[in-house]
Amino acid sequence: MTTQLLDVDQLLKDESIHILVCCGSGGVGKTTTAAALGVRAAELGRHVVVLTIDPARRLAQSLGLTSLDNEPRLVAGVGDATTGGSLRAMMLDMKRTFDEIVESHADPERAETIFANPFYQALSTSFAGTQEYMAMEKLGQLHARLGHDNDWDLVIVDTPPSRSALDFLDAPRRLGSFLDGRLMRLLAAPARAGGRLSVRVVNAGFGFFSGVLTRILGAQVLRDIQGFVGAFDALFSDFRVRAEATFDLLQSGETAFVVVATPEPDALREASYFVERLDKEQMPLAGLVLNRVQPAVAIDLTAEAAVAAAQRLEARGRAHSLTASLLRLHADAVVLRERQRHLSERFTAAHRHVPVVAVAALAEDVHDLDSLREIGELLRTGDDLVHSPA
Amino acid sequence: MPSAATSPPTSDQNRVDARTDSRSESDWEGVRLHVVTGKGGTGKTTVAGALALALAQNGRRVLVMEVEGRQGLAQIFDTTPLPYAERHVAVAPGGGEVWALAVDPEEALLEYLEIFYKMRRAGSALRRMGAIEFATTIAPGVRDVLLTGKAMEATKRTRDGRPVYDAVILDAPPTGRITRFLNVNTEVAGLAKVGPIKSHADRVMALIKSPRTAVHIVSVLEEMPVQETVDGVAELTSAGIPVGAIIINMDRVAHLSATQQRAAIKGSLPRDTITKSLEVVGLGSKRTTVAQIVDELCTEAHGHAVRLQLETTERQVLQKLEHPTYTLPLLTEGADLSGLYELAQALSEQGAA
Repeated sequence: MTTQLLDVDQLLKDESIHILVCCGSGGVGKTTTAAALGVRAAELGRHVVVLTIDPARRLAQSLGLTSLDNEPRLVAGVGDATTGGSLRAMMLDMKRTFDEIVESHADPERAETIFANPFYQALSTSFAGTQEYMAMEKLGQLHARLGHDNDWDLVIVDTPPSRSALDFLDAPRRLGSFLDGRLMRLLAAPARAGGRLSVRVVNAGFGFFSGVLTRILGAQVLRDIQGFVGAFDALFSDFRVRAEATFDLLQSGETAFVVVATPEPDALREASYFVERLDKEQMPLAGLVLNRVQPAVAIDLTAEAAVAAAQRLEARGRAHSLTASLLRLHADAVVLRERQRHLSERFTAAHRHVPVVAVAALAEDVHDLDSLREIGELLRTGDDLVHSPA
Repeated sequence: MPSAATSPPTSDQNRVDARTDSRSESDWEGVRLHVVTGKGGTGKTTVAGALALALAQNGRRVLVMEVEGRQGLAQIFDTTPLPYAERHVAVAPGGGEVWALAVDPEEALLEYLEIFYKMRRAGSALRRMGAIEFATTIAPGVRDVLLTGKAMEATKRTRDGRPVYDAVILDAPPTGRITRFLNVNTEVAGLAKVGPIKSHADRVMALIKSPRTAVHIVSVLEEMPVQETVDGVAELTSAGIPVGAIIINMDRVAHLSATQQRAAIKGSLPRDTITKSLEVVGLGSKRTTVAQIVDELCTEAHGHAVRLQLETTERQVLQKLEHPTYTLPLLTEGADLSGLYELAQALSEQGAA
């Protein structure tokens, strides 16, 4: 069985798909792929929102994103009357997203107490996992608005540049269960202890625990955390519920995952972990996008033959030096492509059911909508790195 | 080579003698903690490994540590996954030792509790309550203090009055997160204005901001990584953290001179000359004619020349940063263990060690 080609246009045209998640390790072109898919989908007639987390400056500019305003903005010059499609783009503002959740669930007075709490301020800006949680929260919000207005019917989300590509799946649950968990109950105990018995039982644990925390963190941190827990109390279970809801959404038939990698050992290893994890969680994987592939050579001239010819020309003197250089360049290109093919085939051999599309490296970086269109076109046609006989 | 050990042996007379041998001046005399960062995909772990080999040569002993749970060091040193224990992984040219460690934040926290509070046994109770997970994955800044704190401990560790390691290399998080990662006391100050964790962060910060630390940034000659490098240098500098070298990784061999590059881009390479040369060596057949080969070579030359011109621009941007720059070649065969020694040699020749 050979590896199937990932048919990007078919995926983008599938109107039962409302969420497309691009994931993969850092530096593989995830955000660029998300943006290129967004442009292409819009030009195929979809109404798209691209949610980016931390785009490079020029990529953001090419989408018309100049400020972090946490709301989708229409991208001019994409889609038209013929196709009826449109593109919106936004950058995630993690703190603002967190604040909005608080505002929508607490009365104004309580919200102010929470915003003023030092622990909340640290939590909402530098909490490990907050970015992942808020990305998924925003995804949930954008999805919830699908039915209400007709501004978009497809949300394409780029995932945060985490320490591990899997963090965005795990962080929301981790944060959700932490906020609704035993630790928080212990911390909150003095504030909401009810019956006498529970006071004693809870306080035994709390005494030990607060003793340890005070020794490590200091008493002030503990007071801040307790203040936060007291004010946040009613919101805790809601966080867990939200995290679960997002997880369910990701498992549903209206979601598709695209794993992005480059033909390099580290990136492919991360991609493998990801594919296996999605399988385990029963999350729908559309396929693998293999970026930055060394372009195919159009002629039948092996690296060995090219190097042998170059050596003979070099021995004949300067008149032949240009051709010798060109042959050496050709040999390098062939070797690199073969190495990439070899690495990619290790992946496809292990994951035969995963459709793949390879995208040839562009000489230049993305800087405008046209280069995103060009990548979209390359995504449609695909390079034959893993689909042709070697 | 021992397969596993919890810590290196005590003073070894041969090693100490070798260390006093004359060796060429490095750009980093006095630096004990080398932090290596870079955008994802630039090969920072490979460079950290190569730097470890370079710094260990001629009888020195260095520790290279990773903090992101990726087991990248085990991959590049071609060894089984690293436990939370220092392990001898390679021998450097001239008889030095490279040790490696994968730092696990939970273990680092338990170790911290043991060292500072004699509370290791409380660890299991804390773990049950979710407090260990809270501290190492969720509490702002605490995780980073534990990881950088471990680097500090290894850097300062002595035995019989001399440092256990001549240098410590930290394979750190990517450029986008490096300043926040290293700027631990600002991070922790958001949580704790006073208290033990704050004092610990202050001690770590004192080492990181001192001349004994250098943060090296790995880049490749592409626009986004170079931009991140420029931003990273600015952020680190304004945070008062010493920037070390800019390491240009995966540099391609330039097969064409500047004149040839311009001709390739304009499409004016001398096709006749190329055709004649190809005929001299008898290339070309019915299946692949000489004309087809010439077309392909000119197309490849065009792509190569465009890339080289961009690389020239990006290289100038990096050189303007006024930090030492080292250039490492692209290993077309991939960065295996022998490639790592090749990179170490290149770093050493350019003054990194």
